Amino acid sequence: MDRISEILGRMGGVNLLPVALAAVAFILIGAPSSWATLTVAGLAMGMMVFLMASGLSLVFGLMDVLNFGHSAFVSFGAFIAATVLAGLSTWLAADSVALNTAALVMAFLAAILFGLVAGWFFETVIIRPVYKDHLRQILITMGAMIVAEQTILAFWGGTPFTVLRPHFLEGSWIIGDVSIEIYRGFAFLLGLAVFVGLYLVMNRTRIGLLVRAGVENREMVEALGFRVDRLFIAVFMLGSGLAALGGAMWAGYETLITPALGSELMIIVFIVVIIGGLGSIEGTLLGAILVGLMSNYLGFLAPKMALASNMILMVAILLWRPNGLKPAV
Amino acid sequence: MSLLTLDHMKTDIGQYAVLHDVSLTVPEGGVFVLLGRNGAGKTTTLRSIMGLWNASPGSVKFRGQDITSLHTAEIAKLGIAYVPENMGIFGTLTVDENLVLAADKGRIDPTRLKRVHTLFPALERFRDKKAWSLSGGQKQMLSVARAIMEPRELILIDEPTKGLAPAIVDSMGEAFREIGQDSTILLVEQNFNFARKLGRDMAVIDDGRVVHQGSMEAFAADTGLQDRLLGLAM
Repeated sequence: MDRISEILGRMGGVNLLPVALAAVAFILIGAPSSWATLTVAGLAMGMMVFLMASGLSLVFGLMDVLNFGHSAFVSFGAFIAATVLAGLSTWLAADSVALNTAALVMAFLAAILFGLVAGWFFETVIIRPVYKDHLRQILITMGAMIVAEQTILAFWGGTPFTVLRPHFLEGSWIIGDVSIEIYRGFAFLLGLAVFVGLYLVMNRTRIGLLVRAGVENREMVEALGFRVDRLFIAVFMLGSGLAALGGAMWAGYETLITPALGSELMIIVFIVVIIGGLGSIEGTLLGAILVGLMSNYLGFLAPKMALASNMILMVAILLWRPNGLKPAV
Repeated sequence: MSLLTLDHMKTDIGQYAVLHDVSLTVPEGGVFVLLGRNGAGKTTTLRSIMGLWNASPGSVKFRGQDITSLHTAEIAKLGIAYVPENMGIFGTLTVDENLVLAADKGRIDPTRLKRVHTLFPALERFRDKKAWSLSGGQKQMLSVARAIMEPRELILIDEPTKGLAPAIVDSMGEAFREIGQDSTILLVEQNFNFARKLGRDMAVIDDGRVVHQGSMEAFAADTGLQDRLLGLAM
């Protein structure tokens, strides 16, 4: 058994799991074109969930905070981006990629900016008084999630909100028999860019070193002369901004959004954080891709099992690795 | 001249009073040893000095400045380093990354790094290794090395010889002697034979109170006092 683990470890270890899952799905699905479409859809979904989950994972790992209110940033990000896109509908309708892009960038920036400011407020006013008290954290952050959902309902109403997309992200690329939705390709590339950026920050900068050290031993980081509480605010703001960006991306993916969007996605986001390993950016990416692929493959093969599949995946992984696939510590 | 003064310091951890009345004067230079039985309050004393647990009432003064209510990070910036009992190394970071975190502004002074590598050659050999993969002795070396990556006036070291092989203990003693020439070391130690070779001054803490303070030479010569205060015949 140890020998097998060693060989698998040398070949890539847990990083091979998505490849193995894709290989099994290829056999079960049978049709290569369907398999390719589902794989791209799974990767795109995984990347969007990664955006939402990466901040939560860092907040969990570094701050030991159970933040159920994270979904509020996802929902607000989606609605703010959708509102900005609706306000810039003439830019979106224009036959100009530059104007289309500008509208999209404005929408994303508005969502991120909201996430950063709301994250600062949330950490300072709601989270700080309940550090080190998990029960109160759960109660207060769930309360915040409900308040956020009701606020969205009050501002945007309960009717599903239509999200406009730039022209250049509409349609599909057709490669042979395979149809790849352009928006999914874009979601994958944006998620990948964010991952690379986060990976470089975490592994090549002093701030990243501090975050990684803080996840492991907060006290010792303070004893070396760093204010970890200030680092917490920065990480919380980053996490909230990324969640809002994830929400904005998801809004464009779904094209029809409701105030419950964030709370519905939170189950998946928590599963990703738990199976990836707390505080680990690489683990979160791995978990998100597995969840994205699993949802899409089973949605095709056994639609009734689609939601349960992620729970089963989580149970299986936790039985195998109780700390997740790639825990930070 | 006294570098650190603890004045009737009391520390509670949750509902338990651990330190009842700790008054101590640590002079500048050399190694000051804090002795005591298990659970006497030695580690709590160091953690209270670092601000990791609140000392209240009572006061902690460093170079005459009251640091009792300062944040741990501010205490560290005044020039106090801490080597905890569990070593506190960051296992997922490399040896060099651990050292970078201890360097001001993230830049390692090459002269100080050379000194660290001279004191602890293993750290130069394993500089790119993850810290979790080091042996117990090497981890302890890394923990001490981190404390001297910048000039520190006072270094608090908690039971550095615990669980180490005799050869490593000897080299650790040599390193402390060398470090003690530029910095003051407040050393918590249960290995009396190790402590007596290093310490110039000492104190004994028992049940959260300082019950004796004096020179190590006099204490080492008085086996009756050792037996009474430390509970074992040396």
